[in-house]
Amino acid sequence: MVKAEQVHKWFGRVEVLKGIDLEVAPREVMCIIGPSGSGKSTFLRCINHLERVDAGRLSVDGQLVGYRERGEKLYEMPDKDVAKQRREIGMVFQRFNLFPHMTAIENIVEAPIRARGESKAVARDRAQKLLDRVGLGDRGNAYPTQLSGGQQQRVAIARALAMQPKLMLFDEPTSALDPELVGEVLDVMRQLALEGMTMIVVTHEMGFAREVGDSLVFMDDGVVVEAGAPKDVLANPQHRRTQTFLSKVL
Amino acid sequence: MSTPTKAGTANRPEAIKAVPVRHPGRWVAVAVIALLVAMFVHSVLTNPNWEWSFQWQNAFRGPVLHGVWTTIWLTIAAMAMGVVLGIVLSVMRLSPNPVLSGAAWFYIWVFRGTPVLVQLVIWAQLGSLYRNISVGVPFGPEWFTFETRNLIPNVAAALLGLGLNEAAYMSEIVRAGILSVDEGQTEAASALSLSRMQTLRRIILPQAMRVVVPPTGNETISMLKTTSLVAYVPYYELFFQTSAIGSRTFQVFPMLVTASIWYLAMTSVLMVGQYYIERYYARGSVRTLPPTPLQRLRMRLTRAELR
Repeated sequence: MVKAEQVHKWFGRVEVLKGIDLEVAPREVMCIIGPSGSGKSTFLRCINHLERVDAGRLSVDGQLVGYRERGEKLYEMPDKDVAKQRREIGMVFQRFNLFPHMTAIENIVEAPIRARGESKAVARDRAQKLLDRVGLGDRGNAYPTQLSGGQQQRVAIARALAMQPKLMLFDEPTSALDPELVGEVLDVMRQLALEGMTMIVVTHEMGFAREVGDSLVFMDDGVVVEAGAPKDVLANPQHRRTQTFLSKVL
Repeated sequence: MSTPTKAGTANRPEAIKAVPVRHPGRWVAVAVIALLVAMFVHSVLTNPNWEWSFQWQNAFRGPVLHGVWTTIWLTIAAMAMGVVLGIVLSVMRLSPNPVLSGAAWFYIWVFRGTPVLVQLVIWAQLGSLYRNISVGVPFGPEWFTFETRNLIPNVAAALLGLGLNEAAYMSEIVRAGILSVDEGQTEAASALSLSRMQTLRRIILPQAMRVVVPPTGNETISMLKTTSLVAYVPYYELFFQTSAIGSRTFQVFPMLVTASIWYLAMTSVLMVGQYYIERYYARGSVRTLPPTPLQRLRMRLTRAELR
């Protein structure tokens, strides 16, 4: 589903991704862990072209992200085509990024109506079902400020799902939450994984990575240090850097 | 066992009745200000040069009322022009396209950098620069020709002068509003595959409004007063009309006071309007909207009854 080959990314002179090689199969749940500044969020943002890849190849569903290849040459994609690619990829942010001037249900129907041209009735119907699914069926008319952090993040997940994506990206979805609210968001994600959604999750929740993840990647300083089955990596890390990191967070 | 609240009310100690802190400074201030007000009132009532009855007779005469109306619609039209063009300019200024942002920068540089009075007169005098304006191929044939005297009548000069100048200021206000919206909003919208225009119109601008409205209210009040400069175009707005009566009757000063009272009345109405517009755009950023002054008054009255 996602294939990264030697992906590089620079911010000015700083090289934040130094050649990432990864592959995510359909229905796989991959968790990415690592210290802050290790480039894991940047890599995630490359997958839906919020950041452009500077070198290497990154493809989703066999299609190069943000570029079109004709012969030997790469052409930058116009915004319209980038938007089309993003329809297949849902994203959930650390800070929720709900639209504060819209109610929960308006947040969810916005993109299906505007970007996919769905009718209001159809979009609202699906939005209500999604809200039920994340356990917020009765909060559709609440504004984001009237919801707790955990509820906001669940609305954000419903909003991403409303575009019916094939792949979901989670960028530290529980890091901005009070500890007692983390569980409700992880439950929704676990349910999603069980239903067979392909997911890439940047997280600090080792328990979630162990239980739900099919694979675990440890990144540090812009490279993949170690990857494998979550149980192996967490219980028996091979590299010194992985060992020091895990000893601090476990 | 009784419930804690009941126990609390039963044993609650008497409310404290302490002697409040004295504020001698306030009494001094009251005395000074009362004296100044008394002096002013005395002058207003006894100095015949204020010509209150003359003002009263003239404040509602046809030409003055017509001037008031012109001031109002000029304000509305110029602000509408300023806001629409200002939004376009601010979006151009923030565009990654260097030609667009450069053009917007140049526009703002010119129109903000020259006095609005000069701009107004320039628009009115444009006829002396170009006698005729023709549409056609440069150095080639001409298709239409207008005489500028007919193309830009004084009313258009007034509107262009005020509106185009306002656009430069409004664009900076809108730009500040757009920049105040969290970048995460744009990212979320892009991730949801909304287009740049949709993101701007549906997500960014509505949120920018909260920052844009207060200074825009300021600009509107300022514009209402700036329309008085149109008297030099000349066009028949409030100040032009009151000055005309003043100089014709040799009662210049009383008519200046009349004009001031009219302007004050109109700006007061605008201030009330602004309060309610701000309240509307606070929706979603505060959990419960603050009460309006009317609601507050009613609350205070009912609470007073309870005591």
